[in-house]
Amino acid sequence: MIRINNLYKNFGSLEVLKDVNCHVQEKEVVVVIGPSGSGKSTMLRCINKLEDATGGEIVVDNIPLNSEANINAIRQEVGMVFQRFNLFPHMKALDNITLAPMKVRGMSKDEAVVIARDLLNKVGLADKADAYPDQLSGGQQQRVAIARALAMRPKVMLFDEPTSALDPEMVGEVLGVMKDLAKEGMTMVVVTHEMGFAREVGDRVIFMDEGRIIEEGTPEEIFNNPKNERLKGFLSKVL
Amino acid sequence: MNWELIVRYLPYLLEGAVLTVQLTVMGVAFGSVLGVILGLARVSPFRFLRWLAIGYIDFFRGTPLLVQIFLIHMGLPQLGIDLGSAINSAIIALTLNSGAYIGEIFRAGIQSIDRGQMEAARSLGMSYLQSMRHIILPQAFKRVIPPLGNEFITLLKDSSLVSVISAEELMMKANVMQGTTYRPFEAYLTAAAIYLILTLTISQLVAYAERRLKTGDSH
Repeated sequence: MIRINNLYKNFGSLEVLKDVNCHVQEKEVVVVIGPSGSGKSTMLRCINKLEDATGGEIVVDNIPLNSEANINAIRQEVGMVFQRFNLFPHMKALDNITLAPMKVRGMSKDEAVVIARDLLNKVGLADKADAYPDQLSGGQQQRVAIARALAMRPKVMLFDEPTSALDPEMVGEVLGVMKDLAKEGMTMVVVTHEMGFAREVGDRVIFMDEGRIIEEGTPEEIFNNPKNERLKGFLSKVL
Repeated sequence: MNWELIVRYLPYLLEGAVLTVQLTVMGVAFGSVLGVILGLARVSPFRFLRWLAIGYIDFFRGTPLLVQIFLIHMGLPQLGIDLGSAINSAIIALTLNSGAYIGEIFRAGIQSIDRGQMEAARSLGMSYLQSMRHIILPQAFKRVIPPLGNEFITLLKDSSLVSVISAEELMMKANVMQGTTYRPFEAYLTAAAIYLILTLTISQLVAYAERRLKTGDSH
């Protein structure tokens, strides 16, 4: 579903990604872990071209990420959830969700509203359709953001530290929604510090450090039998 | 101080004040349209558009409005462009001038919106222009209301400069009153009082709009 080959990314003279190779299969849940500044988020943001790769090749759903038309096509296939939610503050929750299906997919308002209500129901916020983002808690906002991304019927969902900006008691509700999504067979790439989630939901865990993929494997292999010293050091700090 | 004179000329000056307000409203209204375009050009991904907007804004902010008024009212006819009347010249000069300032106001407003908003919109597959129109501009419009109010007040005062091309606004009428009565103090003090009432009214309206927006913040 996603093929990343020889991906390089520099910010000025700073090398953030160095020869990253990563393939994600359909219906696979890949969890990316690693210390801050290891390039996890940057890799994720390269997949839908929020960052311009310096070198390498990215193919999503057989569409190469190499032209303006393809970028928009890929973005319609790839949903993204951000650390800071990025809901549109001037729109009600429902309108946040219906906007892109109407403007990008050309869906009618009625059709989009049916889908949006269905998704709000799914993330447990059926009663918050008319609330503005600043009337919602962080956890609620993030669940609306997930519904907003799902409304485009994406084939892949990217999660960029979706629980890092949340109060601890709200982390569970967001992870719960993500778990349900994984069970339904959504292809997901999740950058997170939630090791419990990685262990429980991940099909594969990727450990990144200093812009490289250092080790990857099943949660079992990564958490119970880490080989690389840096991974061992990282796990000893976070577990 | 001759109060009787002031009372006698007040309706005459108020006639001018009406034109002053009309010129200002039109200047700010057309200037806002121009300003949105300039603001968008200033932040556009196309370098050529950015340079064009910067050049325009630098010229109209970096030269005196008085010079611009003469250029438009007397310079353009020399090139065969006839604007018809002093009032037309005045509206065009005020629009072009305020457009430059309002363009910078909109640029700042657009750039004050969190980057994540554009990223979220683009990640949903919306084009740059769709994201601007549905996500960035509606939020920016709210933030620019206070500085836009200031620009309104500035333009109202600056519109007195068009008296030099005999557009019969408040300042021109005050000049006429002074010329016929030989009482400059009464003439200009009355004009000043009318300008002051107008600017205070506008700042009250802006403050009211700001309060309304604050209670319903971000909606």
